[in-house]
Amino acid sequence: MSVYLDHAATTPMFDVAIDAMAQSLRKVGNPSSLHTEGRSTRKDVEDAREKIAQSIGALASEIIFTGSGTEANNAAIKGLFWHSDKKVILVSSIEHQAIIDPAKWLAEHEGAELIEIPVTPSGVIELDFLKQIVTARGPEIALISVMHSNNETGVIQPIAEVVAIAGDIPVHCDAIQSFSKVPLSFKELGLFAMSISAHKVGGPLGIGALVLRRGVEIPALLHGGGQERDIRSGTLNAPSIVAFAAAVEADIYNAPKVTALREAFEEGVRQARPDAIFNGQSVQRLPGISNITFPGTQSDSLLLLMDSEKVSCSTGAACSAGVHRPSHVLLAMGLNEITAQSSLRFSFGSTNTEMDVDYVLSVLPRVIERGLAANSVGKR
Amino acid sequence: MKIIAAMSGGVDSAVAAARAVEAGHEVIGVHLALSSNPQKYRSGARGCCTIEDSHDARRAADVIGIPFYIWDMADEFHEGVVENFMSEYAAGRTPNPCLRCNEKIKFAAVLDRAKAMGFDGVVTGHYARTQETSEGRTLHRAVDPLKDQSYVLAVLNREQIDGAIFPLGDTEKVDIRKEAEVRGLAVAQKPDSHDICFVPSGDNAGWLRDRLGSETGPIVDQDGRKIGEHNGAYTYTIGQRKGLGLSVAAADGSPRFVLKIEPISNTVVVGAREDLAVNSMRGERPIFCGPEIGAAPTRGFVQVRAHGAALGCTYYLDGDQLVAELDEPLLGLATGQAMVIYDGDRVVGSATICETA
Repeated sequence: MSVYLDHAATTPMFDVAIDAMAQSLRKVGNPSSLHTEGRSTRKDVEDAREKIAQSIGALASEIIFTGSGTEANNAAIKGLFWHSDKKVILVSSIEHQAIIDPAKWLAEHEGAELIEIPVTPSGVIELDFLKQIVTARGPEIALISVMHSNNETGVIQPIAEVVAIAGDIPVHCDAIQSFSKVPLSFKELGLFAMSISAHKVGGPLGIGALVLRRGVEIPALLHGGGQERDIRSGTLNAPSIVAFAAAVEADIYNAPKVTALREAFEEGVRQARPDAIFNGQSVQRLPGISNITFPGTQSDSLLLLMDSEKVSCSTGAACSAGVHRPSHVLLAMGLNEITAQSSLRFSFGSTNTEMDVDYVLSVLPRVIERGLAANSVGKR
Repeated sequence: MKIIAAMSGGVDSAVAAARAVEAGHEVIGVHLALSSNPQKYRSGARGCCTIEDSHDARRAADVIGIPFYIWDMADEFHEGVVENFMSEYAAGRTPNPCLRCNEKIKFAAVLDRAKAMGFDGVVTGHYARTQETSEGRTLHRAVDPLKDQSYVLAVLNREQIDGAIFPLGDTEKVDIRKEAEVRGLAVAQKPDSHDICFVPSGDNAGWLRDRLGSETGPIVDQDGRKIGEHNGAYTYTIGQRKGLGLSVAAADGSPRFVLKIEPISNTVVVGAREDLAVNSMRGERPIFCGPEIGAAPTRGFVQVRAHGAALGCTYYLDGDQLVAELDEPLLGLATGQAMVIYDGDRVVGSATICETA
């Protein structure tokens, strides 16, 4: 038996999306061409754009397809910064690398001043800090970017409040983890820009979208044919776009079921390891993500042991050359380097079952025991 | 058995891992990250510590079809190997960091961690063999004399050898490359590594000078007369002839060699070739790879360099020191080097040379 508990990394593709993609792959036609084949592909792409826009409360013209969620985040952060004559970039301290790294790059190369918004021990951004900064330095702020939910802990962030505090300052939201799992409306949130990605919602790898408010023009990262509002060039990846929309339209994600599985899992872990710490458990979280600290262990050992028991989970943290580093998210929540390196992320999806939970709970005690033993010899 | 394959990114460890899988073991590939600040690309004859090497190792694991993980042993490596390398040189001795790495990292930190995690042992791409005998498992030379690495493994005790698997000892290197080719491993023709992995340039003297400073001191002859100057005694090696830059020629015009390095007075002593002759050596911290030996003089061989000759000798234990009396004198032997005793092709044990005569 093998159990996949890494849906936050990527999800299995839905059958409807695979079918839609296969069908599109058999067609010829560049959606920018004016002839019959081109028109047919363009219709597929625009149908897809409308479906995706509708699912997130945006206009079709506000969807800019990109090659990944990372590209959407880069286009938003760099584009909104270059669009503005202001220099301050405000991001939360728990953003994904695809936000933090472009922001740091702008600070190092383009004269930006980067300010990070701290989080509470539960992993929610400090709104009071944001208010103070906006009050004190509002006219200097080029953009604010806060994720909708955190990819490591699943903790949901108060985006509506961020937008209210921001006033006229453009707000971008990385909604890649939340999309399709919790209610999400671009319009209702009043965002300037938002990022989504297909492979987290049952679609294919290599396709994402930047949702950018109508009428806002930002400088491009990729110049060329100007296919996507002159903000993103490149022949449109019609098969992936069509499959993305098919996955979104299928709306297969079953939030109550996923929540129940995660709760059963967490209850089992609590019983097996009373010393386990559930990061972000006291606040609103995504249905599927469980981030747990197992004191006295090292997460890279636990990962290897879980893998050899055929359980796929993750540390959630970015790797540098594969060497495990403490998660910046958990550090920001106040964990120290040691406890931050003793944590695993389990992320459930619609394809998981109660049997999966039982199986993981059956192997967990020996994995933790061996992880504790491996860590104690390391300290000798 | 469940085993960890230590994979450097080179051809040898890749084939070793593949052979272990074929032998029916459950194998997990592990690459050791030994530098906390690894370089992106390989340069020169290094072969294990760059990001490129870790990618090579991962690719090999994927082709073989085994899980692959990176273990961060940078702190352990720095403390156990790099710092020791510097302090040994600073003390006027000549250490071998590869032995130290085998003793402290590959077959200690890694093996201990593997065992705690429920694994039975560690497989590596070293060229050496083990044999099961009535007295337990013993360590032997590889069949390929040019690649034999039993010398650098002679620091392993019996428990460590019991946890080690060396699948390459029965094969010649050329055949390992062919086998890698057949197995579809892209590292089949990757060059061997030769230099010390943490000295990227291969310039050991320069590396040491950067870290230990270059305090000048005298070069003297055996009568104590100053005949030159050096900038860092530790950059010299016993037996070294070139690069001494002596201002006073020997009376008979013959070349002079480094005989001794005295760290406290920061002095390098030079003399004639015949003064390098060593007839016996003593080693401290003896380690036995198989049955322990006693005080009774025994005939065998001693080797003092990784690819040096096996020298006929009589060896015995004197208290807690290992002694080897050579049949023929040897020219130039530094303290700090490992003396490894062989009984035919079997490795008896090793010790760190502390005294020569």
